[in-house]
Amino acid sequence: MKINLKVWRQKNNKAKGELKDYKVDHVSPDMSFLEMFDVLNEELITKGDDPIAFDHDCREGICGSCSMHINGRPHGPLAGVTTCQLHMRSFSDGDTIVVEPWRAGAFPVTKDLSVDRTAFDRIIAAGGFISVNTGNAQDANNLPIGKEQADEAFMSAACIGCGACVAACKNASAMLFVSAKVSQLALLPQGQPEAKMRVMAMVNQMDAEGFGSCTNTGACSAECPKGIDLSNIARMNREFFSANLTGK
Amino acid sequence: MNWIITFLKSSIGKKLLMGLTGLFLCTFLIVHLIGNLQLLKHDGGMAFNTYAVFMTSNPLIKFVSYGLYAIILFHAFWGLYLVSQNKKARPVQYAAYNGKANSHWTSRWMGVLGTMILAFLVFHMWGFWAQYKFGEVPYTIYERNLATGEITFANFEGEIAGKMERYISNDTEFTIVKDLYVVVADAFQELWIVILYVLSMGALAFHLVHGFSSSFQTLGVHHKKYNALIKGIGVWVFGVIIPILFAIMPIYFKFFI
Amino acid sequence: MSNILDSKIPEGNLNEKWTKYKSSVHLVNPANKRSLEIIVVGSGLAGSAAAASLAEMGYKVKCFCFQDSPRRAHSIAAQGGINAAKNYQNDGDSTYRLFYDTIKGGDYRAREGNVHRLAEVSSSIIDQCVAQGVPFAREYGGLLSNRSFGGTQVQRTFYAAGQTGQQLLLGAYSALERQVGMGQVKMYSRHEMLDVVTIDGKARGIIARDLVTGKLERHFGHAVLLCSGGYGNVFYLSTNAMGSNVTAAWKAHKRGAYMANPCYTQIHPTCIPRSGDHQSKLTLMSESLRNDGRIWVPAKKEDAEALRKGTLRPTQIKEEDRDYYLERRYPAFGNLVPRDVASRAAKERCDAGFGVNATGEAVYLDFFYNMTEKYGRTEATKKGIENPSAAQLKEFGAGVIKEKYGNLFDMYKQITGVDPYEEPMQIYPAVHYTMGGLWVDYNLMTTVPGLYALGEANFSDHGANRLGASALMQGLADGYFVIPYTIGDYLAEEIRTKSISTDHPAFVATEKEVEDRIQKLLNIKGIKSVDHFHKRLGAIMWDKCGMARNAEGLKSAIAEIQQLKTEFWSNVRVPGDANEFNQELEKAGRVADFIELGELMCKDALERNESCGGHFREEYQTEEGEALRDDVNFAFVAAWENQENGWKLHKEDLKFENIKIAARSYK
Repeated sequence: MKINLKVWRQKNNKAKGELKDYKVDHVSPDMSFLEMFDVLNEELITKGDDPIAFDHDCREGICGSCSMHINGRPHGPLAGVTTCQLHMRSFSDGDTIVVEPWRAGAFPVTKDLSVDRTAFDRIIAAGGFISVNTGNAQDANNLPIGKEQADEAFMSAACIGCGACVAACKNASAMLFVSAKVSQLALLPQGQPEAKMRVMAMVNQMDAEGFGSCTNTGACSAECPKGIDLSNIARMNREFFSANLTGK
Repeated sequence: MNWIITFLKSSIGKKLLMGLTGLFLCTFLIVHLIGNLQLLKHDGGMAFNTYAVFMTSNPLIKFVSYGLYAIILFHAFWGLYLVSQNKKARPVQYAAYNGKANSHWTSRWMGVLGTMILAFLVFHMWGFWAQYKFGEVPYTIYERNLATGEITFANFEGEIAGKMERYISNDTEFTIVKDLYVVVADAFQELWIVILYVLSMGALAFHLVHGFSSSFQTLGVHHKKYNALIKGIGVWVFGVIIPILFAIMPIYFKFFI
Repeated sequence: MSNILDSKIPEGNLNEKWTKYKSSVHLVNPANKRSLEIIVVGSGLAGSAAAASLAEMGYKVKCFCFQDSPRRAHSIAAQGGINAAKNYQNDGDSTYRLFYDTIKGGDYRAREGNVHRLAEVSSSIIDQCVAQGVPFAREYGGLLSNRSFGGTQVQRTFYAAGQTGQQLLLGAYSALERQVGMGQVKMYSRHEMLDVVTIDGKARGIIARDLVTGKLERHFGHAVLLCSGGYGNVFYLSTNAMGSNVTAAWKAHKRGAYMANPCYTQIHPTCIPRSGDHQSKLTLMSESLRNDGRIWVPAKKEDAEALRKGTLRPTQIKEEDRDYYLERRYPAFGNLVPRDVASRAAKERCDAGFGVNATGEAVYLDFFYNMTEKYGRTEATKKGIENPSAAQLKEFGAGVIKEKYGNLFDMYKQITGVDPYEEPMQIYPAVHYTMGGLWVDYNLMTTVPGLYALGEANFSDHGANRLGASALMQGLADGYFVIPYTIGDYLAEEIRTKSISTDHPAFVATEKEVEDRIQKLLNIKGIKSVDHFHKRLGAIMWDKCGMARNAEGLKSAIAEIQQLKTEFWSNVRVPGDANEFNQELEKAGRVADFIELGELMCKDALERNESCGGHFREEYQTEEGEALRDDVNFAFVAAWENQENGWKLHKEDLKFENIKIAARSYK
């Protein structure tokens, strides 16, 4: 296959960026999208050009590093996969593919396709935890948790923090990410003691980072590689109201 | 009270205000529709005109209606403010953005649809509300035979105190009332006004297709068992039935009277 | 033998050692903890857990990771589960049994004291994780669910679908971020440690590069903890993340820390086979799949040939024409033999010409039997269907399989384009984990005082082969429950040491060395990319120091790697410059270290004239092709000291006082 690419190039956070055209020949349908970029970079290096910077690590869809906006969609055309799991068999010979970084004020571009997502870490640091010091725990089976509830908490906990929700949202809102963590902990009995503090602190931090607000378009969930459900956002709204109306 | 301000200033609090005011406006739409359906009665506008008097004289209703105007304005300008805030969250736009792949267009065009509705409301209020209040509106006298229920009406050239007078004499009920009905009927003789009204109801329909169910999500109402019901009401009642009934009125006056 | 290699295993009975140690180890009082600084390099299970726990105790912690967030460390990719001797299933598990299984699974090449401690703290890990909100799989009654893994006959593996590593890491990460929020930990993401600073023989800090700006930074610490993971990427293709590297450990090695048993590499039997030359990494299919998958190749060579040509589908091969070789060779453990055994058996069948894909390097992992007969029938019974049809059995069974392994099946389909609900999976062994690592004593301290190694970065607990679901256990054990105690032993003596200024000559000199090396890499301006050299190194390592090794191959590998090293340093092209986000420069530094490590691995493999666990020397095998250990001459830990012109071997003898050392049999 031959593929034409339009890739966002931007030297660093302060520089101005632009879309540049590239051609990649000899693309195998079995290649992953990132492997196609490996091939392109190899060519660029050989030619003496600066290779394209992009985030990637595990290449099996779990670390949440990869973050390309492909033809107008985060992680490309398939539902439920990350960019690293996207294979070239999803494209056709001669296709032109536009590749951009996640766009959000809260995710400034580091270089080319790589962005700074530390805003997510700061939101977790604000309250995305259960305050239990090492060694304080009781026996794990002393606290039975219904299977359905545990499974639901797991579904929320499956978030990989890639930021596709923010990238997809027309408002660059981080509600799906934040609500997934709030939900996971709200669904579990261990999370109850500090539930009110948690949701207020996390929403507060989310707002401070400059993410937009949620207008319930559902784009986040539709593009989430882990299928995190919109019910998480509703749950966080409830938690937030209850925390504000009845909390201290 | 600080907590209320902090709460409402948060992104979720801001959305809550949009959701609550939106839902309130949805209930108003139902009331407004029921009132306006009087236009379709074959009574020369008597029911509609008396309804109009009631709506503009009853102190409680007056109070509510000023609240309503405030809420409409709040909903509109708060919405525009949120749109501008949300735009700031993405300072650099995508060169390629395939929104239709992941969301319904109505959900992405709420601001535009809302602005269209706001523009329509300005026109609508100027055309009828302001005319009724400040313009020169003729008076009509209705004579209703209490025995047969038959209604006849004619222009009323004299003067009365207020918008309406009603008295009974000789088994006949006389109603002299400010005739908004004729203003409406006249306005809807203009084709462009009819088209404008029908298109605006389209905008309203699409605004509500997303808006109604979205406000429930914002309020935290989301449950597998009820999602379909909420969505269904949003689409069928607020997205189809109500806008169509509203749109029928100008069409009725233009083409069937 | 050098007396430096004092393992410091406490005296006394095996099951009292750790208890006694904990109650007699030196402590640091809370006021002093506040003035002691600890550097943690890496934010995986070991790193996050250690950084969080130490910060909770009051130490001032700095944590470094090269990823953009600590949550992305490669522990996140662990799929199957985590072992703990809880005996919740009432199937005869105990601390001793977990200890015994681990020692045996490691082919009697691990330290008894360390492994027993690991088994002792395993229970607390589960408790801790549940308290943090880790959503482990549960039974309908609300209690925790378990499954079994290779090398054991009990069900002691706790799991969260096929994402256990992710859930455990997010638990540790949340604990870490909590401390970041409280200001107890300062987090440095997108920072790579490029050297250890030693002063008067003790580790006193690190030089790190800010990967975004390229700026070199000096950081002081009273102690430095390396939690930087394993070095499987020396093989280029492995199940490790692209960024996983040996650099932190290797720099420590260059500064005096010994490297132990570097040749012990775990080749995981169930990975998705390679599809072509462009391949950048291999994807693991969790070992938990072997609970329900049966491994086979055709019994007839002509069938294998037809499969390779694509003229025959596996589903067309009759039951009697299939060779379930693991069940045949190891009836007691069957498909659940340890990883090294399963991998070698797959290689043996493929080498004999029974491989099933175009490359001839794949075997089948087939779920059909368990899907229909085990789960399908049970579900049918539950539904009260007495004579279920084949289609019903499959439908019901697929539902259960989906619940247990859904994400793995989806991942397989995504990568290969084949639906594993319809056809058996193709699998082949791939490099997965490295048992070797920095030599540490019972305190997890390397041979450099004040420098510790935790998790996969050290060598201590898995001997020559790691059992499934034990890596997560070890990483968290080291981070949550071992280092918080053992570090006190060292830091209690350091309370009088004031923070050392990073203007100290040792910092200046070390930073200069790092900078010079970066400049050197940039100035070669050759014509070959870093990946070019990495791929060549990987090919040498896989061919000659992979699943099977022999003296001749290893000798030639050493020569080839030395040649490759010369070529690398004269012909590599690293574009861009030092003061920017430069991913090629990052890779170049890592590959340069991998090349040196590769040579040491081959040397270690050559030195060890026996077969044990993941180290299989073709010269040393039984007639049936099983590994042949030499306990008389090789029951030791090989700890390599880096010297001016080569390496010096130190041996730590392994004493087995509680386990009778025996041939490892899973038959």
